[in-house]
Amino acid sequence: MSPAQVLRFALAGLAANKLRSALTTLGILIGVGSVILLVAVGNGSSQSVQNAISSLGANAITVLHTEGGSGPTSSTTAFAEPQNLTTADGQALAQAPGVASVSPAVSTSVTLSYGASSDTASLTGTYPSYFPAEDDTLGAGSSFTTQEVNTAQDVVVLGSEAASDLFGTANPVGKSVLVTGVPFTVVGVLATKGASGLTSADNTAVAPLTTVQDALTGFGTLNDIVVLATSAAVVDTVEGEITSILDRRHHETAADADFEVLNASTLLSTASSTAHTFTVLLGAVAAISLLVGGIGITNIMLVTVTERTREIGIRKAIGATPGVILAQFLTEATLLSMIGGALGVLAGIIGTRFTIVGVKPVTVPLSIPLAFGVSALIGLFFGGFPANRAAGMRPADALRYE
Amino acid sequence: MTRPLPRRAAGPPPEADQPPAQPEPVIRLMSVVKTYGTGEAAVQALRGVTLDVVERDYVAVMGASGSGKSTMMNIIGCLDVPSEGQFLIDGIDTSSLDEQQLAVVRNRKIGFVFQAFNLIPRMTALANVELPLSYAGLRGAERRRRAEAALYLVGLAGRMHAQPQQLSGGQQQRVAVARALVTAPSLVLADEPTGNLDTRASHDLMDVLDRLNAAGRTIVLITHEADVAAHAKRVIGVQDGRIVADRRVIEPGALPPLLGQPVYGSVRP
Repeated sequence: MSPAQVLRFALAGLAANKLRSALTTLGILIGVGSVILLVAVGNGSSQSVQNAISSLGANAITVLHTEGGSGPTSSTTAFAEPQNLTTADGQALAQAPGVASVSPAVSTSVTLSYGASSDTASLTGTYPSYFPAEDDTLGAGSSFTTQEVNTAQDVVVLGSEAASDLFGTANPVGKSVLVTGVPFTVVGVLATKGASGLTSADNTAVAPLTTVQDALTGFGTLNDIVVLATSAAVVDTVEGEITSILDRRHHETAADADFEVLNASTLLSTASSTAHTFTVLLGAVAAISLLVGGIGITNIMLVTVTERTREIGIRKAIGATPGVILAQFLTEATLLSMIGGALGVLAGIIGTRFTIVGVKPVTVPLSIPLAFGVSALIGLFFGGFPANRAAGMRPADALRYE
Repeated sequence: MTRPLPRRAAGPPPEADQPPAQPEPVIRLMSVVKTYGTGEAAVQALRGVTLDVVERDYVAVMGASGSGKSTMMNIIGCLDVPSEGQFLIDGIDTSSLDEQQLAVVRNRKIGFVFQAFNLIPRMTALANVELPLSYAGLRGAERRRRAEAALYLVGLAGRMHAQPQQLSGGQQQRVAVARALVTAPSLVLADEPTGNLDTRASHDLMDVLDRLNAAGRTIVLITHEADVAAHAKRVIGVQDGRIVADRRVIEPGALPPLLGQPVYGSVRP
């Protein structure tokens, strides 16, 4: 019997029970669609994180304060108390060759309020050189000056989202806002940077380091120091310089360092591996729904085979070989899963055109043929058991079945 | 499914200058025993049946329910295999065949007519009749031509595109007959073919079977109705899994006894 004939019989079999076929197809549709969509969401969020990090600029190096090492080496070697990261450290770093600017920074979460509206934002206290190092540009007004930092003026630059939350469309420049109860004068508003991953980079405020330490954080350790190298080519050298200067100043060994030096590319690789884990996790959840859809096929094909026992008996009596019966039911199952797969690809592609929980999904091209191929294999695999049962029926018994 | 069938069992070669006094049997059962179940629960449905049916014969197998006639029909139809003994169709020993080869034998050698019609629902009469030809691997145009000819033969040329549920019982059974003979089988096997039909449809159907036999088809008919058995050339009685009567009405080469007899109200196709 020709494959075209087998296909025709299979199509007739599916058409005989349209609702059931449609519902079974739906299971595969959801499975394949969610594989494509969720992998695209994972991929999209990883790309937006990467974009945000690369917008930091390849020249920026961040020195983070950490609590210091507590590894087993600290008890056997000369133990050094973890020290604070200070502005003096920043000044020392500024002397190193290849360093364009150094911006010591503290950060804290604050409540901004203006009139009746208030907003929770992250406040950074730093020097004006922080803006170019972070690739921030001003949308309105101006930055504060080094002079204002030295004299601890109560001025603040708002992120675009913080500004619109407090002032709506009004121009905030020149207005006074309360930062956790302390009045600050708004001198500028940053241009919109967009979301980085799941958090907004625009719900921020930046003020002079001295003022923030004075009013809010106290004169403890800095959270980080942003160092801008003169060019991307010297970033690695400067990183080495920073490490040796701080090691010397803090009398640390690598094992129990109280700081961590990061640049955009190390951040990028950390973020990529996190995003990859996230994508794999989402894909695994979607794959489970595809598996459930496959079990749905087995279930419905078993019902179909039982229901059509008599028909199978008739077909065998008039000369259908076990192979032909097997082919017919396998083709039915595979058609179900492939139609579901094709519709699922369509649904997945349509779904990726929408923004989902703040993430713009980016389709992974490989996920489409992969999900579709897996759905076809699922039909073969999960249809195999019912089809085998049909093929193995004894014609005399099948004909007697009521 | 195109695996060749085993060659005919070695028999005496036909001698050219002798009259065909004893035609080769189409079916031959030799001490066939069929047992269902095992051990204590074993039931012998057939207890040693030996029977030859020759070409052009028209045999009615009669028996009450439980007599073993359905088991006999399953074995003759290659739907089941004997537990003991041998069954040969057209000289082919079925005990040596696997399920695949049995399917080919059913396709080429046997045409079934069942009591319950057993047409496949949602397929037109034509598609139902084409089905055995599909399994035989025939191409579309040839399949269609032969199926149309078979439907014409049973008087249903006008209802080819009707689905089974749109046909009367008598018409459905005639579609089944068309399907049984479309592959030009050695044997038409009819299991209580009039069991679900009214008197008039029964007469029409028996008329079709009579004419098929007159045209040279070998027919085995399983029934418990005496007036249906009256159409046959040979009547065999089965009881408790054994043949208890074997009555020859008329020679296999002759015309069927009731061929063309006017029956009140019958409609000639």
